[in-house]
Amino acid sequence: METDTITAISTPVGEGAIAIVRLSGPDAIRIANELFQGKDLEAVESHTIHYGKVMDPETNEIADEVMLSVMRAPKTFTREDIVEINCHGGMVAVNRVLDIILGKGARIAEPGEFTKRAFLNGRIDLSQAEAVMDLIRAKTDKAMSVALKQMDGRLSGLIQKYRQSLLETVAHVEVNIDYPEYDDVEEMSHEMMREKTKAVHAEIEELLSVAKQGKILREGLATAIIGRPNVGKSSLLNTLVQENKAIVTDIPGTTRDIIEEYVNVRGVPLRLVDTAGIRETEDIVEKIGVERSRQALMESDLVLFVLNYNDALTKEDLALFEVVRGLEFIVIINKTDLEQQLDLEQVKQLAGDHPVISTSLIQEEGIDELEAAIAGTFFSGDLDVGDMTYVSNVRHIQLLKQAKQALEDAMEALELGMPLDIVQIDVTRTWEFLGEIIGDTASDGLINQLFSQFCLGK
Amino acid sequence: MVYNAGKYDVIVIGAGHAGCEAGIAAARMGAKTLMLTLNLDMIAFMPCNPSLGGPAKGIVVREIDALGGVMAKVIDKTYIQMRMLNTGKGPAVQALRAQADKPLYIREMKNILENEENITLRQGMVDELIIEDGVCKGVLTETKSAYYADTVIVTTGTFMRGKVLMGDLEYESGPNNQRVSIKLSEDLEKHGFELTRFKTGTPPRVNSHTIDYSKTEIQPGDEKPQGFSYETTEFILDQIPCWLTYTNETTHQVINDNLTLSAMYSGMKRGTGPRYCPSIEDKIVRFHDKPRHQVFLEPEGRETEEVYVQGLSTSLPESIQYDIVRSVPGLENAEIMRPGYAIEYDAVIPTQLWPTLESKAVSGLFTAGQINGTSGYEEAAAQGIMAGINAACKVFGKEPVILDRSQAYIGVLIDDLVTKGTKEPYRLLTSRAEYRLLLRHDNADIRLTELGHSLGLIREERYAKFVEKNRLIEQEKQRLKKITIKPNATIQEQMAEAKSTALKDAIKAYDLLKRPEITYATIEKMIGAEETLPTEVKEQVEIQVKYEGYIKKANEQVDRMLKMEDKKIPDNIDYDAISGIATEAKEKLKQVRPLSVGQASRIAGVNPADISILLIYIEHGKIAKVAN
Repeated sequence: METDTITAISTPVGEGAIAIVRLSGPDAIRIANELFQGKDLEAVESHTIHYGKVMDPETNEIADEVMLSVMRAPKTFTREDIVEINCHGGMVAVNRVLDIILGKGARIAEPGEFTKRAFLNGRIDLSQAEAVMDLIRAKTDKAMSVALKQMDGRLSGLIQKYRQSLLETVAHVEVNIDYPEYDDVEEMSHEMMREKTKAVHAEIEELLSVAKQGKILREGLATAIIGRPNVGKSSLLNTLVQENKAIVTDIPGTTRDIIEEYVNVRGVPLRLVDTAGIRETEDIVEKIGVERSRQALMESDLVLFVLNYNDALTKEDLALFEVVRGLEFIVIINKTDLEQQLDLEQVKQLAGDHPVISTSLIQEEGIDELEAAIAGTFFSGDLDVGDMTYVSNVRHIQLLKQAKQALEDAMEALELGMPLDIVQIDVTRTWEFLGEIIGDTASDGLINQLFSQFCLGK
Repeated sequence: MVYNAGKYDVIVIGAGHAGCEAGIAAARMGAKTLMLTLNLDMIAFMPCNPSLGGPAKGIVVREIDALGGVMAKVIDKTYIQMRMLNTGKGPAVQALRAQADKPLYIREMKNILENEENITLRQGMVDELIIEDGVCKGVLTETKSAYYADTVIVTTGTFMRGKVLMGDLEYESGPNNQRVSIKLSEDLEKHGFELTRFKTGTPPRVNSHTIDYSKTEIQPGDEKPQGFSYETTEFILDQIPCWLTYTNETTHQVINDNLTLSAMYSGMKRGTGPRYCPSIEDKIVRFHDKPRHQVFLEPEGRETEEVYVQGLSTSLPESIQYDIVRSVPGLENAEIMRPGYAIEYDAVIPTQLWPTLESKAVSGLFTAGQINGTSGYEEAAAQGIMAGINAACKVFGKEPVILDRSQAYIGVLIDDLVTKGTKEPYRLLTSRAEYRLLLRHDNADIRLTELGHSLGLIREERYAKFVEKNRLIEQEKQRLKKITIKPNATIQEQMAEAKSTALKDAIKAYDLLKRPEITYATIEKMIGAEETLPTEVKEQVEIQVKYEGYIKKANEQVDRMLKMEDKKIPDNIDYDAISGIATEAKEKLKQVRPLSVGQASRIAGVNPADISILLIYIEHGKIAKVAN
């Protein structure tokens, strides 16, 4: 009945040691086979499970070691061919695998779509029809509200800006077509079109590259915890880990030798990077001097800078303030259960606009405030990378990629010297893809633009 | 005394552009057809601009021709000027436009109606519809004649409760001071039709002898005029030019100074006018920083001196119209023969119609043309032919004919009307079509002749020619696939001549033709010409090969769309019983009553989740039926 192949992560994100990516549709097995290093999946028996590796076609590296089940139609949940890929839990591996699958031609499933297919293919009992409808409604509403939440005003603002620019271009082409004698506007040329498409293409590329494919959601916000020895860095780490379900992922086959810790703080996934040093008691200031660590710190999106309430500011502390200058950081004054030795005014002055939070990690005080501050930094868009990282929704990223592809098709047609009304087909598609991101699919936009931009008569 | 004036299969009220196509289609399909018009001298009258076609609209005229309609043939026989527009652009947007000879057009069309075997043409004013138990049975005229029929098509244009407005002058009238139709409007309302109020306008006409053409730019027709109809073989070479001039600051000053005198700006609440056909007042107000606007001077025919002043549509008082006209270079001494005016009229809200243009409320009653909220002669004719076809199908118990959005601009037009409705007089634009590349001027015959033939509207002789043309296209495409072009010196020279990059390797002629700069003519030079191949076949081969990739992509989109069109919604569906569909969507669905899930998905306010749920509900019903 349905002809395309859909895919989604079918386990809750960020929970559990294993995450499952599911594919359903006529191309499920072909797609899986293309990315799977192991047995030839086209040849295996139905309802069998296989060990192997998922290869990243871009880097030719192993994306994950997986267990992969092949289930052929019709004895499956959707009555279509289904492949389920058991990945390592955590966000990096599973999202990478999903990404590769999407690159192979599957599309992201709509909310409740597996269930919908199961129903439409007659798999689910009739009495469940109502339940399926409710499910779709609920899932759609939820997905929409989540998507809306994820979409910062800035992103939708940007998307709207690009759309407007494309729309004006398209309207210009349209006015040349529908009103060939209208002389108030110069005829759109290939050169003008090239400029317009190039500009928007660069913007979308920027959006995608800075987003690093939904960096935040996929990889977490790179977070470093720094501070002198014994200020409570380990406690902070443990607190964050305990308060929030932590997923410890040891990614096999990658060149990284460090263990990364993931925590989800109020919906903001943190990737605590280079934490190897945190548990050690070596002089962090000295360590900072080591290029590699310095580099790690510089690459972090957020720095949690811990001070001791029980100590006066030291040279090392001041040096650390120098180090974090220009970075996004939160100052945490820990050990407030002990006697005050720290000059708070001086700290606030040094911190400038950055939040200063007082905690007693041992007594579990101030943790809510800390979490609020972390989430606040993210959602307020203060983060340097925060500009773009809001593109964290897999669907949004997919649509952005489709928009980019459509624009590239247009640019290729331009280079070939195709007539502009042909080039325009792909520009309009770009506009539509971008519209889907912000939920604006009204088709009368162009006609309204046409009549507001130009004074048309004949 | 009401008397029984006879029984017909189809009655058409009105003989404008919609009525003529409706009557002829029905008659040629074998239906005994009565056409009633207010004035026999005004058949297919053009109350506004003296031109037909243009982007999108011109393609519609060709579509009507491919279906067996008459508009294309009549204009081909009577035009005073023919131009192909957008020749510098892609094939999808090229379109013909003709300047019409208004009086001659009327005469020609009347002649066709008079000589059509199954048509009875009569002058008369319809006051009421005869409706029993929700079924239309006929019409009653003001002279008390009761005509009975299985189906009735209302094509009353802008005549229903028409009101002419000019300054503070207003009077009930049809266009051009013709009799107005009041009672029919009231009757439709009585039967539950929801009407809306639209307006449009027309500019003054001036006497050609009083125009100084030396101050204007000439706009001639094409040297080699083409025809709208696929059957036209003789072309009128003696063409009459149009002329271009401009408004200026003085014009704008006059308008600004007198704006409050305009019927449309006097503060009275008025019907909604079209944005694409603004009055000169609208243009000055909305685009006040534009220093000048184009004014086209278009002759209204060969044997009349009246010239249509395109671009000066206005409802200002006559005295101000003089000031406006005479401020324009070339028109300093112009004598106005007819002043411009705005006209307000009743239109049926088109979402009350099925895609066959039959009323949902009254079986056997169809409406077509400007009464359905459109504007333009071509849009009217397009609806007319479809209403005529469907009325006849109903009479003969045949399946209705509904064109989808990938088949024809006519399909786009009607689907838009009955699915989305319209808030202003609707005009076709190329941008309304999703599959513009498929809906070309050049392939209207390929798209629709088969259908026209199956309906009995295309004669066998023409059909045989059409089949042969298709065969030749296919044959030539196959030939080009087989011929290899090797990069020798002569070929490279020809490549350079065509401003193309030199060939590196041998290439199939078919693939070389895909390069945008390589025409069929270039290929012909390289591989030798097929002498007997008609030009239109060569043209088709070139377009089909060159844009193959895009056409394929568009066809894939069409396949997806058609899958949803194939999912029919049962007529007895109870939207209230479907849990999960949003309230707003339910209301819209109940109002539009879409025939398919595809149509439902195009209704504003029905979102994808609603469609998913609707799909499941429908499949549920099917599965339940199978289970039972």
